[in-house]
Amino acid sequence: MSGLKDFTRSFQAAVQPAPVRRVGARPAPARAPRREPGPSRLAYRLNRLWLTPLYRRLLRVGLPAFLVCLIGGLWLADDTRRANLTGAMTSMVDRIQSQEAFMVHSMEIEGASPAVEKGLRAMLPVTLPASSFDIDLPELRASVERLDAIEKMELRIKPGGVLSAVVTERKPAILWRHARGLDLLDSQGHRVASITSRDMRADLPMIAGEGAGDRAAEALALIDLAGPILPRLRGLERMGERRWDVVLDRGQRIMLPTDRPLAALQAVLAMDREDGLLGRDVVAVDMRDPSRPVLQMGLAAQNTLRRAAGLPELDAEGNLIDPEAGAKGGEKTAAASRG
Amino acid sequence: MRDLYEAQRAMRQMRRQAMARGVMAVLDIGTSKVTCIILQFDGPGQFRETDGVGPMAGQSSFRVIGQFTTQSRGVRYGEIETMADVERCVRHAVQGAQKQAGVRVDHVIATISGARPASYGLAGEIPLRSGKVTEEDVAAVLAACDAPDFGKNREVLHAQPVNFAVDSRSGLSDPRDIVGNTLSVDMHVLTIDGFAASNLVHCIRRCDLELAGVGSAAYAAGRAALVEDEQELGAACIDMGGGVTGVSLFLKKHMLFADAVRMGGDLVTRDISQGLRVPLPVAEWLKTRHGGLEATGRDDREMIDVTGEPGEDWDGERRFVSRADLIGIMRPRVEEILDGVREILEAAGFDQMPSRQVVLTGGASQIPGLDTLAMRILGYNVRIGRPLRIQGLAQQHTASCHAATVGLALHAANPQDEWWDFEMPAERAGVVGLRRAYRWFRNNW
Repeated sequence: MSGLKDFTRSFQAAVQPAPVRRVGARPAPARAPRREPGPSRLAYRLNRLWLTPLYRRLLRVGLPAFLVCLIGGLWLADDTRRANLTGAMTSMVDRIQSQEAFMVHSMEIEGASPAVEKGLRAMLPVTLPASSFDIDLPELRASVERLDAIEKMELRIKPGGVLSAVVTERKPAILWRHARGLDLLDSQGHRVASITSRDMRADLPMIAGEGAGDRAAEALALIDLAGPILPRLRGLERMGERRWDVVLDRGQRIMLPTDRPLAALQAVLAMDREDGLLGRDVVAVDMRDPSRPVLQMGLAAQNTLRRAAGLPELDAEGNLIDPEAGAKGGEKTAAASRG
Repeated sequence: MRDLYEAQRAMRQMRRQAMARGVMAVLDIGTSKVTCIILQFDGPGQFRETDGVGPMAGQSSFRVIGQFTTQSRGVRYGEIETMADVERCVRHAVQGAQKQAGVRVDHVIATISGARPASYGLAGEIPLRSGKVTEEDVAAVLAACDAPDFGKNREVLHAQPVNFAVDSRSGLSDPRDIVGNTLSVDMHVLTIDGFAASNLVHCIRRCDLELAGVGSAAYAAGRAALVEDEQELGAACIDMGGGVTGVSLFLKKHMLFADAVRMGGDLVTRDISQGLRVPLPVAEWLKTRHGGLEATGRDDREMIDVTGEPGEDWDGERRFVSRADLIGIMRPRVEEILDGVREILEAAGFDQMPSRQVVLTGGASQIPGLDTLAMRILGYNVRIGRPLRIQGLAQQHTASCHAATVGLALHAANPQDEWWDFEMPAERAGVVGLRRAYRWFRNNW
């Protein structure tokens, strides 16, 4: 047994350990098989599809747009969500609009007479305080400027929450008597207000007749021109919506033409200056044909001429007076014409 | 003949559609690489008069907008051997070119380099009834060429009228309106193996592309690598590809003859691999990096490390070969290829041509020292040809290995007249009456 044991030991000693192999000589670890470089048929087809312009546009624009619309539509399909959304929107808008910085607390009006100011305050439809987003200034201004008494209004919101209105009122320049009453007009012929009697504005000249209001500017020009006879001027009358008559006291009239009435009036004034025409017994100066002025004489003047000519005199109705009826009637007529 | 005529006409129609669309791909399925370039046709008016760019050789009407080259698999001797691999390579090339161009191409013109080409010279003659040559007469004389038996299952790839003669006046390129009694034509017909052609058609169909034309690689390389004078006066273009060396003869700007040697650069690589016992990629690297054909004394001392990659076949020792050894392996094979070329040139009667210029192009023509070796073996003037420059082509694609691609692009832009470009004469058409009625309507209304 011992021999056997020795043999075993010597056998064990003879066995050599496995030699250490160099790294490079070891069998290589299995590599992944080399990938084919070409695309698969599916990848190739998809790539070609992607290069087709129609599909490209469809996928890059159409699909996202469709998805957004789909999601939005599905979300909005519910009533409560829609109500919530609109409620949230309006409350947010309200919150922003009703901030202190945007609130208007008071209103100041400049340049208006007390009556107009009172009317304006009643008229502006805003209950203060209100947000400046709720006040539509252009519309407000337009509605106010529809008032006759107001020519122009500047409306703005000043810092500090003040609604400021600077009012320019119309100035009455002339009075117009027509069938419906008595109106105040400004220099452009625009109505300012109505009054009940002439005495309230005795300082203003007067025009009368249908259609006179539209030509107020011309009337004012005529009145300006009639400086020397202004104390005698009662007013202007529009005749037949066509021409002017200048009405003086003592029932005298200057009938002006349709065209160029100023020149005609100037001519009459020149005649007055030269000859004292209007101081004489003249009932009317007819300038309707400017090249041929026609005078209508008063009754006293006619009778004076008739007496000098030895003709029978005329009475107030234009009838011949019987000479036998005598001087009594003639005196009466003269007295009437003097008055 | 008739269905071939219709098929070629259909391809011409496809080419016209592609031109109208403005984008066309040129696909060169070679033995060692697959190249796809995408042409954009801008039409005339791209250049102004003041730019100084004339019509040139037709290459000013298009530009290259996408190009891609990938290694070819599944092609042997210029013919498709494994359809799936080739299809994958074509997809890879087309997708890469499309990616660069940013457009999708549907129409493709392909080259076929191998497939045992055979050239035939046909002659036809007709009497002229009207006393002068009309368009119908040209079509009739082309149809009157008596076709020999091409053999079983051959497809006509090119059928180009090379020369027209009216009575005794020969050498006319355009005989229309010339007065005479008889019109005769010489036509060059190039046929290839029908199975290889239908494999190519099938492979391109499987890639969802429409085939707008097929051109012979030798012909295309000749159009790209020969300068105009060489095409006019007579030259041979030798397209040394990976699997096939194509030979085409040009005279008067027409191809007169084409053939191919079924040997190429891949065979040289295989010789190196066997002779030096290195794997094929290393052999290819040795060939392109250190290869040569003329050994000098210095080459004995220039040692090349061919130690393999650790893990693959490295048995732990470093190996060196001298460059002279490499040249000693490469030279006999290249000589053999050139011998084959010389036989083809002799058979084609290259000696009788007025100018005997040989232009070497293709990938294998880049071996240093090839021109002197070829001059010694062929016995003609030899130069190395590079393809014509076309607009937009990347620098890496201007090497001589892409001559066929460039030539096919030129062919796509303005193809030479082929037989199927002319109307088939009315007697041959199937629906004679209908066609006549249609023509009468078109002419009279």
